Amino acid sequence: MELKIKSKLFDEIGLTRTITRLSHEIIEKNKGIDNLAVIGIRTRGAIIAQRICREIKSIEGRDLPLGILDITMYRDDFRNMLEQPKLQKTEIPFNIDDKNIVLIDDVIYTGRTTRAALEAIMAFGRPKCIRMAVLVDRGGRELPIQPDYVGRRISISPGEEISVQMNEVDDIDGVLLVERPTSP
Amino acid sequence: MSSFTLKHLLGLEGVSRDDITTILDTAASFREVLDRPYPKVPTLRGTTVVNLFFEASTRTRISFELAEKRLSADTISFSTATSSVKKGETLRDTAQNIEAMRVDMVVIRHSASGAPHFLSKCIKGTVINAGDGAHEHPTQALLDMMTIRDKFKRIENLRIAIVGDILHSRVARSNIYGLTTMGAQVMLCAPSTLIPYEAHKWPVQISYNVDDAIEWADILMVLRIQLERQQANFFPSLREYHNYFGLTSDRIKRVNRDITIMHPGPINRGVEIESELADSDKSVILNQVTNGVAVRMAVLYLLSGELKSDDEKTKS
Repeated sequence: MELKIKSKLFDEIGLTRTITRLSHEIIEKNKGIDNLAVIGIRTRGAIIAQRICREIKSIEGRDLPLGILDITMYRDDFRNMLEQPKLQKTEIPFNIDDKNIVLIDDVIYTGRTTRAALEAIMAFGRPKCIRMAVLVDRGGRELPIQPDYVGRRISISPGEEISVQMNEVDDIDGVLLVERPTSP
Repeated sequence: MSSFTLKHLLGLEGVSRDDITTILDTAASFREVLDRPYPKVPTLRGTTVVNLFFEASTRTRISFELAEKRLSADTISFSTATSSVKKGETLRDTAQNIEAMRVDMVVIRHSASGAPHFLSKCIKGTVINAGDGAHEHPTQALLDMMTIRDKFKRIENLRIAIVGDILHSRVARSNIYGLTTMGAQVMLCAPSTLIPYEAHKWPVQISYNVDDAIEWADILMVLRIQLERQQANFFPSLREYHNYFGLTSDRIKRVNRDITIMHPGPINRGVEIESELADSDKSVILNQVTNGVAVRMAVLYLLSGELKSDDEKTKS
């Protein structure tokens, strides 16, 4: 399906710069990387999480524990979907108890995905705290949830959507503001 | 994802390769949940499942109940010993009464082949077969396939010999349908009295010599000799069965290959399989049990999708 592009929020270089800035902010707020761990929400949040980990390693010289979360089992909208969404694996290969977790997603909108992710993380233990980093905060929250690290805040009008493209799955890097595709 | 086409899981006969693959992929995701410190997800919150066990079962019933609870479904379990069936109620009446209480899914085990099919015609909810007579036991075959896939990363072109009482085995029937659909080669091995008449219609090889089967197979799926059927004289004695068809370390050692051993349980140690072999590193019997919970979670999850599409249909 062709997306009608209205504007480009990030190009390739802008995206890299933002990920670098978010990485520095995370280190600054945590006062180093001790006790820090990163969990990305599938699909694109996980990719951003990988890039942030790489960036933090280049700054601090150490690997961070990295987890990947599939929140499908925790969704609150099962009853409204015609077909069961495909499940993918959650991989959190470290103990999260007493860790400072940074949860990472590409876009935050209603906050429902974040709520589901928080519930999913709690199934793995009791972290010391969970903070959240997103590439784009597009407003429109339906739950009392706010991100701690934000690449860019914009408010968008009805009929518009954010499209995040990551090289690893989309063969190109960039964040676009697009017209919402009308369902046929 | 190719969409899941089943409304009930009554058996694996006629179930497509895509649907089986979807179940196995989904089960792999649920397998991870079982290793978490809090192994529970809210996925089926608000869904009610009744387990109707008209025939004795330990493993399958516990496995289904655990799967339902891990998914946060509301569950009710019922076995014949304590139910109105003792008072002469028919299956249809039992089912319709349960349905009148607004149940979404029914898991049924029954000694009569076809009971789940019958049930699926008289109630609106989704029916899952947990074993019916000598017909099918689809979730057992699915967990066997999941265990095979875990170990070999594929099912296609593997050689699987099913050894034992094929005649009375619903596990064998479900595995024959499932494994051949997935592209595996299947051999049945048993005394001729325990090979069913219809076996020649199945796409399988038949052997009456267990050493030939061991020589041929990558995987040996050993079935329980059903002691309760001994009076019928299908073979002279348990000892003779063990001597001719029992799986022993000596027999396995004769072939110079890595062979995997499976058994759906419960095991008769010293009859169909030597005790030591059942506990050896060739055996994946306990992996089968763990995978059973994950597979049943996957089946419940995928079939619960059908409940919603029914809601949608009635709305529109």
